[in-house]
Amino acid sequence: MESDVLVVDDSAAIRKILQRVLRQTGMAIRTIHEAGNGEEALDVMNAHKVDLVLTDINMPKMDGLQFLAAVKASAEWRQVPVVMITTEGGETKVSEAVKLGAAGYVRKPFTADQIKEKLVRILAPAVAL
Amino acid sequence: MNLQPILVESVCQATAQVFSTMLGVEVARGEITTEDGSQDANDGVVSFIGLAGAWAGTGSLSCSPVLACRVCATMLMCEAASVNEDVLDAVAELTNMIIGSVKTDLETHLGPLGLSIPTVVFGRNFKTKSAGANEWTVARFQWEDETLQVRICLAPSGRSSHVMLHPGGTQTCALEI
Repeated sequence: MESDVLVVDDSAAIRKILQRVLRQTGMAIRTIHEAGNGEEALDVMNAHKVDLVLTDINMPKMDGLQFLAAVKASAEWRQVPVVMITTEGGETKVSEAVKLGAAGYVRKPFTADQIKEKLVRILAPAVAL
Repeated sequence: MNLQPILVESVCQATAQVFSTMLGVEVARGEITTEDGSQDANDGVVSFIGLAGAWAGTGSLSCSPVLACRVCATMLMCEAASVNEDVLDAVAELTNMIIGSVKTDLETHLGPLGLSIPTVVFGRNFKTKSAGANEWTVARFQWEDETLQVRICLAPSGRSSHVMLHPGGTQTCALEI
């Protein structure tokens, strides 16, 4: 089964890199949606069925933690795995993301292998890999 | 506490790691200096990102348009003949990753720090100034024939009960730290 993935980052550069990396993972992906912040990401999730989210934390308007909280508070979306990909390496942000229900955490800078490893390890039961 | 050696090592490691991981490039470490805030006029691309907490300051990255385009082309695997949106975005993200990594290192010593959204400027003959910044630690890196500068200034902000004073007991000295 092919999955729809949502990539959320205020940097278009990182969104492009993640798109490339996701295509290299071998995941069965139908569409990769993009959003520049949490608000836009919620709009995308309202418009499309999303199976996996990769999101930055430090973003304008609505940050990744606020977005994660909104996803996990929704009966419709709470089962969607959300992986945090961010420069925020501090324990506070990590534990806050875990507490809110993040499926995993990858720190920037990242390699394609690190992303793939993380997705295989934490998301294999949820999406087609 | 003398933060300077920690800061220098962190900037050097973060820059090397980000270039190696995201661009597959090994940059050569160049001269490291401490400079006052009165910078010469810039030509090229300069990005800034704010740090806030018990200590506050600014991280900055500057390079020539040629190097900025090279960063973008290598990072995004696309053509970048001139400084466009993609180039500015790539430099902003590079700054975010380098200073973000330094921030994580510094949090061990300074407590939690916040990181702002980066701002990038491109132009000719422009000057920059960070209000209140006295001293900048400047690390230079060489990628082939081009130089990249990573600059950072930090000083106690006086906003926290955990502010660390330098041995003189005042809070006016950035990085004496």
